[in-house]
Amino acid sequence: MHLLQLQNLKKYYATQKAVDDISFSIEQGSIFGLLGPNGAGKTTLLRMITGIFYPDEGEIIFNNRKFDPLNDTLLIGYMPEERGLYKKMKIGEQALYLARLKGLSKSQAMEKIKYWFTRLGMESWWNKKVEDLSKGMSQKLQFVTTVLHEPKLIILDEPFSGLDPVNANLIKDEIFELARRGSTIIFSTHRMEQVEEICDHIVLVNQGRKILDGTVQGIKQQFKENLFRIQLANKPAEITSESFSVVKEASNQLTVKISDGSSSNDVLKYFINENATVEAFSEILPSLNEVFIRLVEGTKTSRQFQNVAV
Amino acid sequence: MNKILLVIQREYLVRVRNKTFILSTILTPLLFAGLITAVTIISIKNVDREKIAVIDDSGTLKGNLENTKALSFEFPTGVDSTNYIAKGYSALLYTPAGDAENYKLISKKQFGLVAEGQLEDKINETLENQLLKSKYNVDIKELERERKKAGSAKIEQTYKEGTEVKKGNSGLAYGIGYGSGFLIYITLLIYGTMVMRGVTEEKTNRIAEVIVSSVKPFQLMIGKIIGIGAVGLTQFLIWIILLIGLTSAATAFLPHETLQQAQEASQQMPNGNMGSTAAGAAGGFAEFSSTLAQANWFLIVGCFLFYFLFGYLFYASLFAAVGSTVNEDAQDAQSLQLPITMPIIVSIIIMINAITNPSGSLATWSSLIPFCSPIVMMARIPFGVPGTVPYWQLFLSMILLVAGFLFTTWISAKIYRTGILMYGKKATWGEMWKWAFKKN
Repeated sequence: MHLLQLQNLKKYYATQKAVDDISFSIEQGSIFGLLGPNGAGKTTLLRMITGIFYPDEGEIIFNNRKFDPLNDTLLIGYMPEERGLYKKMKIGEQALYLARLKGLSKSQAMEKIKYWFTRLGMESWWNKKVEDLSKGMSQKLQFVTTVLHEPKLIILDEPFSGLDPVNANLIKDEIFELARRGSTIIFSTHRMEQVEEICDHIVLVNQGRKILDGTVQGIKQQFKENLFRIQLANKPAEITSESFSVVKEASNQLTVKISDGSSSNDVLKYFINENATVEAFSEILPSLNEVFIRLVEGTKTSRQFQNVAV
Repeated sequence: MNKILLVIQREYLVRVRNKTFILSTILTPLLFAGLITAVTIISIKNVDREKIAVIDDSGTLKGNLENTKALSFEFPTGVDSTNYIAKGYSALLYTPAGDAENYKLISKKQFGLVAEGQLEDKINETLENQLLKSKYNVDIKELERERKKAGSAKIEQTYKEGTEVKKGNSGLAYGIGYGSGFLIYITLLIYGTMVMRGVTEEKTNRIAEVIVSSVKPFQLMIGKIIGIGAVGLTQFLIWIILLIGLTSAATAFLPHETLQQAQEASQQMPNGNMGSTAAGAAGGFAEFSSTLAQANWFLIVGCFLFYFLFGYLFYASLFAAVGSTVNEDAQDAQSLQLPITMPIIVSIIIMINAITNPSGSLATWSSLIPFCSPIVMMARIPFGVPGTVPYWQLFLSMILLVAGFLFTTWISAKIYRTGILMYGKKATWGEMWKWAFKKN
């Protein structure tokens, strides 16, 4: 079931087509990665999903109904990239305030805050002020305030920036746990290694348009170049075969590219026939980073301003 | 609606619980009262009593010159300009032999203005009394007694309001008008700036986007404006209570004599340009409180609250809009703030002008325009409704102000909505104009 469907969303600013006809849908309970270089239109897209902006054109279907920013925002938790908290406010009061703005009653909110503060070891923070917290600590607090009201849809824009590896892992585990319990998570970033680790499904946008859409595995398969790594105990003096060519050679490790029409078994057969002992053999799939760079490369690194006739 | 209440609650509590707020709210009236008391006491105690030796060869003054608070007169013999200081006098006064000459005062030091004024008054009084006595045979003491019995004349202004004839008091109206106009002026500036800073703080702290994913930007803006307005009302309330308390405490604490002295001191001040308004205030207090009852308090307080509230709302949303376009740079805030503080400052200048001529065309027109009506109209109302301010003007002014408030809030909300999410550069007026009038 799709929790969220975007249909031909458009948002034009005076000098830019920030979001130019983007459609995709997100499965309930999945972790969805929204990727793109800086200025690709990610933030504008997210602001439309959270009801902060209205799309110029197109529709958002949330929970099988047309998105209603007034009421549906209560089902959404949004942690923007440009985020912050009231510096002079006590942490407990701040969490309570933000939870109540999301529509929780005071007692419900207190209960949830206690649960999360205990869970993440923040009990002693209640009467401290945000200005007393380190960047990582306030990031953690920010995360808690985002997910406190158990939203159906959690949107995290660069959630790990400023976190040390220990806390980043802590948050990552919480994200998995939330997804397991049925929340859908949109994860926006340009850090590809995190995406590969966390996301089920990704969409890549660039210059306001969607340029890639699929599962992480599917995309890797789609962009693979039939490269294999093979490690031999004894390397034959000369390697010539019609079924593959050697791309890289380092001591006993070879990187081979399989020719069209051949399969990995042809490679193995060749080395077995040559009496070379195969110690390891594996396919090299492109990292998302490589896919990303390959797709985005060639377009201008920074977005150009353009005239938009509306 | 519920969310606006939450925002109001937060804005209010955060500010009211703030130590600076508590201190300034309690200390300001204490400081003010302390200052007035100190100045009053000093201005009384500071008057030295000068002993003056009068060389009165003609005998015109002897026995007729009364002592005052600041001066005592003696008519010794054998005192001249060489030995008056040794004999304990601070000055020597020669009466002239003939009519043509002036009185001569010889002293080591320059006399204070009070003392000199009193000396002159006393001599003139004595001479006048003697003249009356010798030429018309009037006993001055008897005249005084008669005069006290008869009481003195005061102008009683009456004007017709409908069928009712009312007493007027333009001095009181002036005071109330000036006071309330000024109070609104200060309120607009202080709390308007507070709204602006609050908005800028939210933006630079990067909490704005977090909040507007839960509430509409309009709710956040209006909640902040109302919350800060409530803080203002609270502060005023505390000040009023404290001032009433302090005034009654001061009246009880200061002996009656001191107040009278203060009154005398202020009356004896030649032209009153001593800058000792405090003494004047203390002196005028008794008279003032007796005439206070004449004002139409119900109307004035009602109108004050109306103009205070809507004037604040009118400007606060504009301040919020400006605050939303500012980034970290405090100088940006100042330059953007100027177009909004200008009309407020112009209003107070018009008000000072209008209060001397509350029915003039400048006063009338500017009390209708929402940009200055809160200040100027409040200066006119104490002069009488519908005498000075006809009902149609009052109602038109109120309607225009409410309409103006709705308009500025509508425009500001649009600028605000875009502004709080714009990071990086400061917005230009042209951009703000575009945000204000774009379709959604």
